[in-house]
Amino acid sequence: MTDLSHIRNFSIVAHIDHGKSTLADRLIQSTGTVQDREMKEQLLDSMDIERERGITIKAQTVRIDYVALNGEKYVLNLIDTPGHVDFAYEVSRSMRAVEGSLLVVDSTQGVEAQTLANVYQAIDADHEIVPVFNKIDLPASDVSRVAEQVEDVIGIDASGAIPVSAKTGQGIREVLEAIVHHLPAPQGDRDAPLKAMLVDSWYDPYLGVVVLVRIKDGVLKKNDRVRFMQNGTVHQVDRIGVFKPGMLPVDELGPGEIGFLTASIKQVRDTRVGDTITHEKKGADKPLPGFKPSIPVVFCGLFPVDSAEFEDLRDAIEKLALNDASFSYEMETSAALGFGFRCGFLGLLHLEVIRDRIEREYDIELITTAPSVVYHLYMRDGEMRELHNPADMPDLTHVDHIEEPRIKATILVPDEFLGDVLKLCQDRRGIQLELTYAGSRPLVVYDLPLNEVVFDFYDRLKSVTKGYASFDYQMIGYREDNLVKMSILVNDEPVDALSMMVHRDRAEMRGRAMCEKLKDLIPRHMFKIPIQAAIGGKVIARETLSALRKDVTAKCYGGDATRKRKLLDKQKAGKKKMRQFGKVDIPQEAFISALKMDS
Amino acid sequence: MPETWQEGGFGLYVHWPFCQSKCPYCDFNSHVVERVDQRAWADALSAEVARHAAETPGRVLGSIYFGGGTPSLMTEHTVAAVLAAADQGWTLANDVEITLEANPSSVEADRFAGYRAAGVNRVSLGVQALRDPDLRKLGRLHDTAAARRAIEVAQETFGRVSIDLIYARQDQSEEDWAAELDEALSLGLDHYALYQLTIEPGTAFGDRFARGRLPDLPDEDRSFRLWETTQEMCSAAGAPGYEISNHARPGQESRHNRIYWASGDWVGVGPGAHGRLTLDGTRIATEGIRAPGAWLASVRERGHGDSTRETLSARETRDELVLMGLRTRDGIDLDRVARAAPDEPELALDAMKAAGLVEIEGRTLRATEAGRVLLNSVIAEILPD
Ligand SMILES: Nc1nc2c(ncn2[C@@H]2O[C@H](COP(=O)(O)OP(=O)(O)O)[C@@H](O)[C@H]2O)c(=O)[nH]1
Ligand SMILES: C[S@@+](CC[C@H](N)C(=O)[O-])C[C@H]1O[C@@H](n2cnc3c(N)ncnc32)[C@H](O)[C@@H]1O
Ligand code: SF4
Ligand SMILES: [Mg+2]
Repeated sequence: MTDLSHIRNFSIVAHIDHGKSTLADRLIQSTGTVQDREMKEQLLDSMDIERERGITIKAQTVRIDYVALNGEKYVLNLIDTPGHVDFAYEVSRSMRAVEGSLLVVDSTQGVEAQTLANVYQAIDADHEIVPVFNKIDLPASDVSRVAEQVEDVIGIDASGAIPVSAKTGQGIREVLEAIVHHLPAPQGDRDAPLKAMLVDSWYDPYLGVVVLVRIKDGVLKKNDRVRFMQNGTVHQVDRIGVFKPGMLPVDELGPGEIGFLTASIKQVRDTRVGDTITHEKKGADKPLPGFKPSIPVVFCGLFPVDSAEFEDLRDAIEKLALNDASFSYEMETSAALGFGFRCGFLGLLHLEVIRDRIEREYDIELITTAPSVVYHLYMRDGEMRELHNPADMPDLTHVDHIEEPRIKATILVPDEFLGDVLKLCQDRRGIQLELTYAGSRPLVVYDLPLNEVVFDFYDRLKSVTKGYASFDYQMIGYREDNLVKMSILVNDEPVDALSMMVHRDRAEMRGRAMCEKLKDLIPRHMFKIPIQAAIGGKVIARETLSALRKDVTAKCYGGDATRKRKLLDKQKAGKKKMRQFGKVDIPQEAFISALKMDS
Repeated sequence: MPETWQEGGFGLYVHWPFCQSKCPYCDFNSHVVERVDQRAWADALSAEVARHAAETPGRVLGSIYFGGGTPSLMTEHTVAAVLAAADQGWTLANDVEITLEANPSSVEADRFAGYRAAGVNRVSLGVQALRDPDLRKLGRLHDTAAARRAIEVAQETFGRVSIDLIYARQDQSEEDWAAELDEALSLGLDHYALYQLTIEPGTAFGDRFARGRLPDLPDEDRSFRLWETTQEMCSAAGAPGYEISNHARPGQESRHNRIYWASGDWVGVGPGAHGRLTLDGTRIATEGIRAPGAWLASVRERGHGDSTRETLSARETRDELVLMGLRTRDGIDLDRVARAAPDEPELALDAMKAAGLVEIEGRTLRATEAGRVLLNSVIAEILPD
């Protein structure tokens, strides 16, 4: 166990690609925490998907032993937080487990939207903050401009900022020294009853649930019997340890320390993030202030392409849910798609990550229906109902009004694209809250309906700004608006998986766009197919996909018989990947592509 | 009961894999080489003919077809040698049809008399277009004038002459094609093969198309109207369509191609040539090694040029019967379909019949004209999974 005065707990906050993972790698490597031969890039991004996409999804922890220039030995605990907005909530709770932050800013880019969002979370958590200006090895690096920006826009002192190159290792020693000398040591009382904060938990196939804890007071030892105060459950601790970054068993964890415990817990759901863990006997009487659980904000249906794989899908979803408490699911039946699940996610990236994992790790091909946010339906009898699926929209005569979730979006954009960004926000029913300048760049804050953002707002933003905008958001609550359910009928049959909630004023436009898109996405059939958008019984847009007119191979002689037969088998296999709605085959990509808007 | 292949007949296909230059639309097994050792090829092709004759003893050969590539680059001696081998291996039918594909250049027309002397009695001329700018775009080496002369010489030399034309070309309007087809029909030939231009992957056109550099090809609607115009004009001229792309005066249909469409047996000889043989009641698919050099070496060193030789299942045999047979005006015999695969589920005909895309008369199943132009979809519907 280490004395409190020789512990430093910190996180790194940064906009994506500013070098957080690379800096963490350097800190780990330069202190000999990991032998050079074990070193691989982005050490803390452990899942395939994280590595591939270069994002951190779950918080990761590493304990670094550092001998400072003054000769003293320190324990530095780094919690690496997710960078993407979908996981903002995980960031905030990880921040509560540490006392300081390194604010990494790419000195060739400057402050970006996620820099702002994340640094405000650090400030909210009362962190001491050390600015680190990265990538000084690049010619475009401009440290004094970035220092100015940090002071002007964020309003923190940048005089102690450390210029580094996480790539070459220049400045790393200074960062380590700053952690020791500028970040505060944790506080806590070794003799007080145990209070350990449950920072995160995940499922490990060999160990069961692994719980990441930060000890506030008291001492946790192996074989202790502990109580999870919110749940009231009692477990016997069978393992404790720290991450270096592999799991290393220790005898005890004392105040200020960060580590893990296992206690033969079967499900992640049994461990609530933010809970306080204490001893069964002589425990603390008051828990630490808890956090709110993260709640899913985006819902969509996941259906197996091959309906025979429903049970496999159930299995996959249950396994994934074991390890991800923020992901919710329930069974859903769709007239068109058969059996599947309605799933809730923290955001669109979270949705994509889960969907990718099901397809990749469990080898199940999926149809994903239109993502929807959660609407609040206020019924005439005073009841409030949550609507997760437009297909479940009750008869309108029973509904008094509908509220939708709104977000506050922060966008930083170069001047030349400002007009396009304002137009995009305006088109998506946004209300401008702020238009200021962060240094020389416009900073736009908008109040936007979440349903206009979940689907393709970020893609559109990237495309109108050629990738130069940065974007972050937070939920700000619910507000009433004139919302209606729009149904899509293909060959006169409603396709529930394509129905969606829209604002009444935008319904015609969206309906037209959907019908046009579907006309391109559905292949011609041997008969003509009307495609309609309707509100209630009223058709608001319509297109007709004409019948197939010609589909025959011109040349077919002796040598073509084999080829023709194989082609036919392929054609049949392709058909299996489509879904039949009445007599119409709709390709699976149509469900998502149809919703992408061109403006 | 006769073996089912006998209803389709028995023939020999000989593949000549060389061309003067490679046409940009062509995905046939054709190669441009400096020099061809005609003797060596004549020997190897003849040896392959003899090998196959040995496994099909006692059969009567109804047709021989020299295809390519450009068989009109064979010398008359090479043609004669292969024909002699066939004559020796099988009994030739009295009315045996011997076709040779020829490119309509003047050089090649000069060889026609020699082919005739060797026994060839039908030519198929790759005219492709009767418009010089279009011939150039198709990468052809001849012009319209040369093609017309070659047609004349062919008519004087052979009893039966067919020409190939490619339509639905870039920028081709219905009126343009109608006028061109009218010129072709007024030549009064007894057989016309009229193909809509197909963009094949792996060809120069295929690459250009993928890069968006092959504009103004007809869309589905225009290509439908072009097809319709073609059917009407050919019928009016007395040469109605008897297969998707083939038109003939009654009695002048290609006997050789009928073997393919009616799932007869044929021996395939030469690089990349496919064959189908029914031996001891099972149907076998053969394919020659595609690369000419490798094929030649294999025939010499290993005594055969096959790259694959596989047995077709009852189901595969039945599927071929249907997908080849429905291309023809004559259609297929449902009893034969049932006999080919007695344990497989039956064809799903009801919906297509109700839609007027196929018709049944007695035990004959046919695609209607509306059904023929949608044949790929129709077949996908009626062949059970
Ligand atoms: N030239 C240079 N590139 C760097 C430096 N630090 C990080 N990078 C590169 O910047 C990209 C993003 O880095 P990463 O650590 O993944 O950023 P993160 O998204 O904040 O974790 C990667 O391609 C890194 O190799 C640096 O100091 N100099
Ligand atoms: C074996 S090929 C070629 C015979 C001969 N070498 C010639 O080019 O004249 C037979 C016929 O198929 C047709 N053909 C070849 N490739 C085609 C394509 N991509 N689309 C349409 N027809 C094609 C041509 O009309 C050609 O004459
Ligand atoms: S179209 Fe005929 S001449 Fe042209 S490359 Fe193909 S086979 Fe040879
Ligand atoms: Mg990273």
